[in-house]
Amino acid sequence: MSNLVSVRDLHVSFRLGKHKIAEAVRGISFDVPENSTVALVGESGSGKSVSAMAIVQLLPENAIVGPTSRIEFDGRNVLTASDSELRAIRGNDVSVVFQEPMTSLNPVFTVGWQISEVLKLHTNLTGRALNDRIIQLLNEVGIPEPKARVDAYPHELSGGQQQRVMIAMAIACEPKLLIADEPTTALDVTVQRQILELIARLQTKHRMSVLFISHDLGLVGEIADHVVVMREGTVRESGPVDQIFGAPRDAYTKALLLCRPRLDVKPKRLPVIDDFMRNENAAQIVLQPRQPRPQEGAPLVEAKGLRKEYRLKTGLFRHKTIEAVKEASFNLYPGRTLGVVGESGSGKTTVGMMLMRLTPATKGQVFYNGVDLLLLSDRQMMEYRRKIQIIFQNPYASLNPRFTVGQILTEPMKIHGIGASDQERFSLAVALSRRVGLADDSVHKYPHEFSGGQRQRIAIARCLSMKPDVLICDESVSALDVSVQATVLNLLLDLQDEFGMTYIFISHDLAVVKYMADDMLVMNQGAIVERGNADAIYAAPQNEYTQKLLNAIPRGYTGHSASPSQHATRST
Amino acid sequence: MIPSATIESIHIPPEPTRSRGVWVTAWRRLKNDRVGVVCLVIVAAFALLVLLSFLGIVAGDWQKEVAVPDAPPTFMGPQAVQTGTDPLASVVSKDAKPVDLTDIDPLAPKYEEWKARAAKIQIAETPRADTLPFGADRLGRDVLDKAIKGAEVSIFVGLFAALLATVIGTILGALSGYIGGKVGDFLEWVYNVFTSIPDILLIFAFAAVLGRGITTVILILGLVGWTGMYRLVRAEYIKHHNREYVRAAEAIGTSHLSRMFVHILPNVSHVVLVRMSLYVVGFIKAEVILSFLGLGVPVDQVSWGTMLSEAQAELVLGHWWQLAAATIFMATFVTAFSLFTDALRDALDPKLR
Repeated sequence: MSNLVSVRDLHVSFRLGKHKIAEAVRGISFDVPENSTVALVGESGSGKSVSAMAIVQLLPENAIVGPTSRIEFDGRNVLTASDSELRAIRGNDVSVVFQEPMTSLNPVFTVGWQISEVLKLHTNLTGRALNDRIIQLLNEVGIPEPKARVDAYPHELSGGQQQRVMIAMAIACEPKLLIADEPTTALDVTVQRQILELIARLQTKHRMSVLFISHDLGLVGEIADHVVVMREGTVRESGPVDQIFGAPRDAYTKALLLCRPRLDVKPKRLPVIDDFMRNENAAQIVLQPRQPRPQEGAPLVEAKGLRKEYRLKTGLFRHKTIEAVKEASFNLYPGRTLGVVGESGSGKTTVGMMLMRLTPATKGQVFYNGVDLLLLSDRQMMEYRRKIQIIFQNPYASLNPRFTVGQILTEPMKIHGIGASDQERFSLAVALSRRVGLADDSVHKYPHEFSGGQRQRIAIARCLSMKPDVLICDESVSALDVSVQATVLNLLLDLQDEFGMTYIFISHDLAVVKYMADDMLVMNQGAIVERGNADAIYAAPQNEYTQKLLNAIPRGYTGHSASPSQHATRST
Repeated sequence: MIPSATIESIHIPPEPTRSRGVWVTAWRRLKNDRVGVVCLVIVAAFALLVLLSFLGIVAGDWQKEVAVPDAPPTFMGPQAVQTGTDPLASVVSKDAKPVDLTDIDPLAPKYEEWKARAAKIQIAETPRADTLPFGADRLGRDVLDKAIKGAEVSIFVGLFAALLATVIGTILGALSGYIGGKVGDFLEWVYNVFTSIPDILLIFAFAAVLGRGITTVILILGLVGWTGMYRLVRAEYIKHHNREYVRAAEAIGTSHLSRMFVHILPNVSHVVLVRMSLYVVGFIKAEVILSFLGLGVPVDQVSWGTMLSEAQAELVLGHWWQLAAATIFMATFVTAFSLFTDALRDALDPKLR
């Protein structure tokens, strides 16, 4: 089996400003053999996408490829190829599927037109033959009723179908290499599974090579033959999939495998990368099981029959009612964590927003210690506002870029009259930022100077400044890298123990919810389809939809050749 | 719930670790822009000139007739003295004795007395300059002084009218974009009414009602010009209104006003600032047009506009220097200001940071 692509000593840097150069890839080497799947795995900033894009020379204008670098594709050196040679390679021999199907398709052209464009460029098909080929392609990627869908516009398709169309365009010219850059990250877990299966099927059918880029080691374990683990522009470890999962040699690989919450155990703390990097024997870290929290006393928050409708105008006098949440009732017990899972559009975020009155509920009641929050005036609500707080998904968007961290932390205290003077509030802010693990000088900095995980810590500190009783985490760790996710989850657990807070943990990530939650709600299309003790639901899901969700979770590497070490057993 | 013991033992970090603010960063970026810095220097020089003229240190006596009427610029040399002979010279003989009318003149006895009285009054005939660096107007006033004094009025009008339009446009735009609904509809309606009338007619209408004066010019330009800012700010507020940081501010219990002006405004300030500096340029030009049409500043004041309007009559006689002075001043300032604005926008754009 010869190599289709061989990358040797690849260096890529980016020119930033006049005198600044940032090194993204520092001398990596890997091969993509024919007819196999190679996965590039790493966290954001590890240089995995840059390395893959260098193969097709689709790098940004300010990129500099090092002089000693060599990339051979099918025996030709890509780095010295002319523009016309490169164009022949792109689309014909190599094609790329990107992360966001919604932005990768042109919204003003039909799906058929966009596929035909690729075919016209690289084949001589015309007329009927062209049309037949398009329908054949749509059929192959599993679009129902391909004949009717040829004339559909991208917005008429779901996210999963759009990604299927992208894949259809990618395989239209039977490429030798398919580069899939996080193709399933933007998709729901059930759709992710389908796309993954589709790529695996196409790979064997067309005998092509796939370069699969992902941050999720678990996902990669299912599809890849070879795995390349990258960090900070270097290759930490590479090898066949059973070696990486069965007997990882590098501390970073071990850490990546362990820091993701697992479905089978519920340790007190998640191991983090730092534990491993400092200590080579960290694999022996004993994962103490966490004791479930007792359910005591009366519920702190009772939601009864919450409902949210949106009215869409469809004509002068007509309108359509869209039910975002049909009916949601649940109880929240003090000191416990309620997990809410569901796919996008299931209404899970809307429930959290209605609880805080950030979105007005159409119907229903929210009792907080017996007081119906939805009936209070704005002034009366102020008192309760600080008791229920929320941490949003995107740490880059939820902090005001023009405020320093100090201002961000002291503002809520000022509003709610916490602390006697500005001086005292400021020292409280310093104490809070220290508590969530930020450096002392952070209070003078602006949000853009922090990484994603650090920003989420700032958001947590802002909530803590009001000493809330209930904290809603709305996809709060979904945008973070796996290793950062683990540290933030650990912090949330510590704070819960320290301050006795009650959490509502909203996420599409079932493994994370399983790790955090005591009780659980499963939502589908605006309705709660299953509820109960989290462990019980994961052990024996009753509802059909819940079963489907749980089955879709990436199982990781399940190869039978692996040694039965704890790393390999990531099964459900 | 944070133990008070920890609060007391907090060591507050020293000030030097304070991070660079938006303005410091913007300044650093602006400094690297050569054109921007040159323009900044020119604008600053004009600002200084306006200040000095406002305090009366320069061009305080611009109304003094310091030169001969229509004195040309120095480099052209003095105006040719009229060489033509007196048309009456040939008729009146120089040798003829003046006719003595004392006998029949009834005022004759008074002459001595008047002469004595006139002697008491000193008439200091100030020597009038033949040329001036930039020339003089038809009354002999220094064109350079006029241009400086004119800069004061023009820039003053431009700045304050821009400020007025910005305040109106920003507040209405913020209300309309943030609240939306009925309030938004109403403000959109007001906006549409204002924009449906041609600007110049609207200006005439306001000018006719309000009478002449600098304040009037500022009011007119501000009341007519806010619509562009309104539209821009409204769009920005609609965009930012649903951003997560605003939802987060709502979650911690901030008031609507605080969200509108403390949270969102700084994040759209670069748009507002740039639009405002464009207003300054536009309004200086508008003031010129207004004064040219006779609707601008009153006659006892000078602006670049009145200078240009006077130049119309002078050009016929070939006296081009007043036009040149006003044009050079205006062109320099307006160009420098627009280029400075471009540099400022680049420096303030958070996306480029």
